[in-house]
Amino acid sequence: MEGHSTYQPKGKLAQWFESRLPIVGLIHSSAVAYPVPKNLNYMWTFGAILTFMLVVQIVSGVVLAMHYVAYAPVAFARVEHIMRDVSYGWLIRYIHANGASMFFIAVYIHIFRGMYYGSYKAPREVLWILGVIIYLLMMATGFMGYVLPWGQMSFWGATVITNLFSAIPVVGPVVVEWLWGGYSVGDPTLNRFFSLHYLLPFMIAGVVGLHIWALHHVGQNNPDGIDVKNVAKDTVPFTPYATIKDIFGMVVFIIFFSWFIFYIPNYLGHSDNYIPANPLSTPAHIVPEWYYLPFYAILRSIPDKLGGVVAMFAAIAILAFLPWLDTSKVRSAKYRPLFKQFFWIFAIVAVGLGYLGAMPAEGGYVIASRILTAYYFIHFLIILPVLGIVERPKPLPASIAEAVLAKGAKGGAAVVTGASAPETRG
Amino acid sequence: MTIRSILFGAAAAVLLASSPALAAGGETPRPERMSWSFAGPFGMYDQGQLQRGFKVFKEVCAACHSANFLYFRNLAQPGGPGFTEAQAKQVASEYQITDGPNDAGDMFQRPGRLSDHWPAPFPNDNAARASNGGALPPDLSVIAKARSYHVGFPGFITDAFIQYQEHGVDYIHALLTGYVDPPADAHVQPGLHYNTYFPGHQIAMPKPISDGQVEYTDGAPQTVEQYSEDVSAFLMWLAEPHLDARKRIGFQVMIFLLVFAGLLYFTKKKVWKNVAH
Amino acid sequence: MAHTETQDTTTRRDFLYIATGAVGAVGVAGMVWPFVSQMQPDASVLALSTTEVDLSPIAEGQIVTVQWRGKPIFISHRTPAEIKAAQDTPLSDLKDPQPDSARVKPGKDQWLVVIGICTHLGCVPLGHQGAYNGWFCPCHGSAYDTSGRIRVGPAPLNLELPPYAFTTDTKIMIG
Repeated sequence: MEGHSTYQPKGKLAQWFESRLPIVGLIHSSAVAYPVPKNLNYMWTFGAILTFMLVVQIVSGVVLAMHYVAYAPVAFARVEHIMRDVSYGWLIRYIHANGASMFFIAVYIHIFRGMYYGSYKAPREVLWILGVIIYLLMMATGFMGYVLPWGQMSFWGATVITNLFSAIPVVGPVVVEWLWGGYSVGDPTLNRFFSLHYLLPFMIAGVVGLHIWALHHVGQNNPDGIDVKNVAKDTVPFTPYATIKDIFGMVVFIIFFSWFIFYIPNYLGHSDNYIPANPLSTPAHIVPEWYYLPFYAILRSIPDKLGGVVAMFAAIAILAFLPWLDTSKVRSAKYRPLFKQFFWIFAIVAVGLGYLGAMPAEGGYVIASRILTAYYFIHFLIILPVLGIVERPKPLPASIAEAVLAKGAKGGAAVVTGASAPETRG
Repeated sequence: MTIRSILFGAAAAVLLASSPALAAGGETPRPERMSWSFAGPFGMYDQGQLQRGFKVFKEVCAACHSANFLYFRNLAQPGGPGFTEAQAKQVASEYQITDGPNDAGDMFQRPGRLSDHWPAPFPNDNAARASNGGALPPDLSVIAKARSYHVGFPGFITDAFIQYQEHGVDYIHALLTGYVDPPADAHVQPGLHYNTYFPGHQIAMPKPISDGQVEYTDGAPQTVEQYSEDVSAFLMWLAEPHLDARKRIGFQVMIFLLVFAGLLYFTKKKVWKNVAH
Repeated sequence: MAHTETQDTTTRRDFLYIATGAVGAVGVAGMVWPFVSQMQPDASVLALSTTEVDLSPIAEGQIVTVQWRGKPIFISHRTPAEIKAAQDTPLSDLKDPQPDSARVKPGKDQWLVVIGICTHLGCVPLGHQGAYNGWFCPCHGSAYDTSGRIRVGPAPLNLELPPYAFTTDTKIMIG
């Protein structure tokens, strides 16, 4: 974060202030002068998009909390009150509800980008693990948020997920009652979930701060997965180059987001959640929100209660060990022909698990879930460690600048025009 | 490449293996997709249809079903059935609302006002059950969003592109027109009624409406088909009263974003013009 | 970069930057508006803006307080002496000059309907108290007369009149 700034306050007052709180210099060094590898593609705009989504969710959530009441007998009606009576309440609620899904779409792209380009490898292990923590916090926040409208899916989703903890030997039932604050999911559960749902996003924001700090300390990875050797030749300053690209990526993402908000706002939700919670009748088909489906499929594929819960949590926890499970020295899949194929297989397996998570747990679906679950773990525990040893990577370019020039020559779309040399910049 | 083709083969095998389960779940026929005036990016409610639907709701559905989130003031709000405020007040005043307590501590009856919600036909759920053979007629406030049907792959993906969100109203329409004589092999329990589209086919609600039951003044046909379409549209409005505004604002937002994205694209190109990347 | 470009392209580039920035600013403003607007009174609050009051149980000389939009409304059934005192006060004695006739409905001199909120800092004054036998605000000592007009104390204005109308001889609709 530090060290890139050339910032010198001009005025007397600015100098006085800067010598007491160097915040302008900090902003300058991390958002203006910060060197960005010049070969980044649009997959690298998702960090900015995620920051934007976090802000959108916090702002819209704070506003919804002004109108919502976390009291079981009225919670459902209060959400409808927001939808019907509050000025633009429908818009803000649809932003928040679909925003959660958009947040997860962006985070999945971000995670898979990191996997594809080996962004988790040294020296970015801590950066990666912080990301896994953010992902976990997001899952917890999203789950508790889904409970708040107090519809049938809210209620039964809360019941099923909290019951996961009953699988803990000996103390399970005690832990579950402690989570509920009663003998079943009820008003105390709703109230504490609301409190935590309001708290966790700020914890996410805190960990995001660490995530960005770690990123700016070690520098960004890039599509070629090679280190910056010459700052002048290999990088461009964050502003305006990355800023404008991030904003463009963000606006394109907002177009996608708006399609859901304005035209298909209930597409990603479940119609049963418009039925008020009824503790006496379970919906025919309990399905979690789409972003949990792969893990839900893993949970159901194990025919043992404790085993299923352990497998589900292990599927997430294993991500934190990825930097050490992948034994290859080469980062980017671009130069790892075998890994590239296994990456896409893994991506399809993950999507397949998501599909199976939405299907009823019967017949062929169960068998398919078991096969894909096994593959999920094999990918991390066997394929990745072995691949690093047996695979022969392609030769790496000497530098980012060279990689960029090679790409320009090959594609025949050299952007170099007129009198300017490639490295010339303002 | 070979690994990829093996994988696609495996995926296909998985899908084939799981297809019997799909077929087993599909014994209730899928409701027919109607051409609703409010579907699609420029869809808006048809005021005449909402007024007719309201009449059906008021004279037929409301006899057993509550609609607790419907307020008399909603009838005159923009994007709704388009009643004037005077008409909405008139409708409200036809109902007696329990208010109070007054200075003496007693509850009393008074004519409805715009700020009152639609009076429920039964004082509580248990009373509703007791009067309906043990079945609770659900509240209709958001019923059009609380019902759906299984679309399956790939329909659920194309629905996102064609913006199809009308599954709930399709279902309601199908249900209201789905009362037929039970097939010979069907075993309809006493107190239940056979309906083609109700999951399991046995529904507690008897056929609610017949041809000519509600009088229309605008010349629309007085048939079960027409009643069903109208009341389904009304229930959609009731579930999503700001749909018109949502789609109107959505269009403006989309146009704005496309222009802005275009400008940003050229700005980005300009900024990066002299940098190979 | 500018040093490699001609005057023409510089102008076009500047225009593009300004246009993009301006459109972005419009977008941000448009995005902010719903988040500001949501704090306004919502449709259910607006719908509660009328209150009907039956005056027949209010005895002469009695003041009752009813609620309208969450505020106290004083309805004073004035005695002939109170009406006379209010009517006979010369306008020159008043801080906020207003004849009593402008504060009641024609032919309904006995009914004074005012918003029971002191115009100083919003406390609720006490009825039949103070030097002018109207209302007295315990917070900072403002005294109002039997027409609800400010006579002494820090309050700048007379007690405000709510919009109301007689629906029958003994019933009013406030709002």
